[in-house]
Amino acid sequence: MSTQPIARRLETTAPKGRPRLTPARALVYLCLAVLAAAFLVPFLWMISASLKPLNEVFSPAIVPHPVMWSNYVNVFQQTQFALWVFNSAVVTVLAVVAVALSSAIVAYPFAKLNFPLKGALFGLILATMLLPGEVTMVPVFLIWRKLGGINTLFPLWVPNLFGSAFYIFLLRQFYLTIPNDLKEAALVDGASHFRVFWSIMLPLVRPAMLTVILFEFVAKWNDYLTPLIYLNDPNKYTLALGVASFLKAPGLESRWDLWMAASVLMTLPEIIIFFLAQRQFIEGIAAGAVKA
Amino acid sequence: MRGEALAAFVFISPWVIGFLVFTGGPLVASLYLSFTDYNVLQPPSWVGLSNYGQIFTQDDLFRKALANSVYYTALFIPMHVVTALAIAMLLNTRVRYISWWRTFFYLPAVTPAVATAVLWRFILNPQQGMVNQFLGMLGLPTPGWTTDPHWLIRTLALMVTWGAVGNTMIIYLAGLKGIPVELYEAAEVDGAGWWTKTWNVTLPMLSPVLFFTIVVGIIGAIQVFTQPRVLFNDPNGGAGNAALTYMMYLFNNAFSYFKMGYASALAWVLFIIILIITAVQFWAGRHWVYYEGEAR
Repeated sequence: MSTQPIARRLETTAPKGRPRLTPARALVYLCLAVLAAAFLVPFLWMISASLKPLNEVFSPAIVPHPVMWSNYVNVFQQTQFALWVFNSAVVTVLAVVAVALSSAIVAYPFAKLNFPLKGALFGLILATMLLPGEVTMVPVFLIWRKLGGINTLFPLWVPNLFGSAFYIFLLRQFYLTIPNDLKEAALVDGASHFRVFWSIMLPLVRPAMLTVILFEFVAKWNDYLTPLIYLNDPNKYTLALGVASFLKAPGLESRWDLWMAASVLMTLPEIIIFFLAQRQFIEGIAAGAVKA
Repeated sequence: MRGEALAAFVFISPWVIGFLVFTGGPLVASLYLSFTDYNVLQPPSWVGLSNYGQIFTQDDLFRKALANSVYYTALFIPMHVVTALAIAMLLNTRVRYISWWRTFFYLPAVTPAVATAVLWRFILNPQQGMVNQFLGMLGLPTPGWTTDPHWLIRTLALMVTWGAVGNTMIIYLAGLKGIPVELYEAAEVDGAGWWTKTWNVTLPMLSPVLFFTIVVGIIGAIQVFTQPRVLFNDPNGGAGNAALTYMMYLFNNAFSYFKMGYASALAWVLFIIILIITAVQFWAGRHWVYYEGEAR
């Protein structure tokens, strides 16, 4: 079924301009507003509480008074927040670059080259997506222990150098949409497969790599389990581990003002990236599910 | 074409190395360790099936943790699927400012799990939290969300739903947009109302997407770790281990007690449980998932 007739029908059935506000539509908006409130209010509460003085942090007022910008300064002064941000940034940048590049390299032959065992190997890659991480968690920890990786950031990003199954799958699907003519013309001109990949294919696959980068950014910035396994020196903590460690720190257990400011700060980069790249996020999520 | 095959193997070599070192090798090692007693300091000693025997016959915490994770999954999956579907269907009615609405529902999904747990610990504080203040004002009961053992798992399901609906809603919205308008028009010609159209067109056409999100959702939910651990601020899951999930128990065995053999056995038990649940779903899926050639 082509998309043409659907699009034309949509045009003819959709009324021009603003749809009339019938009781049914009013009900739709009412339901949406109630649901949206449930989703937004906790979020707004976090921002509001992060700007309240400690003794009013539980007060029902939505607008803080006075506005305590100093909470945000205190987070940096009373914890090692800046160091945790730095550690998280190092891990996230290295992990994101590593996984985008390695997955793009590994995905390429599955879309554009012929080689023995191609189908079987691709099946194996897909199968690893079904393997729950905890089955390999203990031996991988033992390997890093042997290599002296405990209390270093290496275990958090080095595995990304070897590609990641879901991203390999996403990128392969994207390579398949690129026509072969360019590749074949370059090969006829004497270019090697590596040159074709690097100079022609890699630049073309950048939109899909952006989706990979966004997903991996969120995954690494949020990850709590892996740093918890490998890091026990507070100077090495990532942001997720550091913020969670507030809860146990003597003198900080009831500093809700600081926690809320820290939570807002931790969320901020993700919100900024979401607004900058909303389309890639939305399309990436939908594509991952519908194509899989 | 031998050059092409050679080049291809060079391209995939990073994955092959990574697979051997971080997946395939550890998978075999983990199976071996599950038959040993290993505390990291002494070499592993073979104990046969005794880890598995202990798990199934003597370990009350294993049963508690598994029951907690299953209870959580049973609450979370319907809550999150129904909420996401409701929002997606509402947003699919040609509402105005759709990208704003979508953003509202998506914001919790871009909030890191740790920040979400800290935030919910704050608003659900039994004495002073915003939610109980509000419920108290309306004269409603004010549960001990983060302290009462009966509530911990429900609180967890509620919180994770809040954070997870955004992604699922976007998947459903994409699925809904893929349903041909002709089907609704044909149904309308036959005199179908909203309910009939939803039941006989929307849900069958959306069933592959629903199936996908439920399968993936259950696999993730049964392994929940970060949210309960931070929300209740206790590696052992609060009073009476009421919120000790399977992954938390496994983690404690491996990295607090350094019982690597026992933890590996726990991991394999969970892996088998996940495989069985998934297989049963694929079997059951044949009866309720509708694949239409094109719309898939």
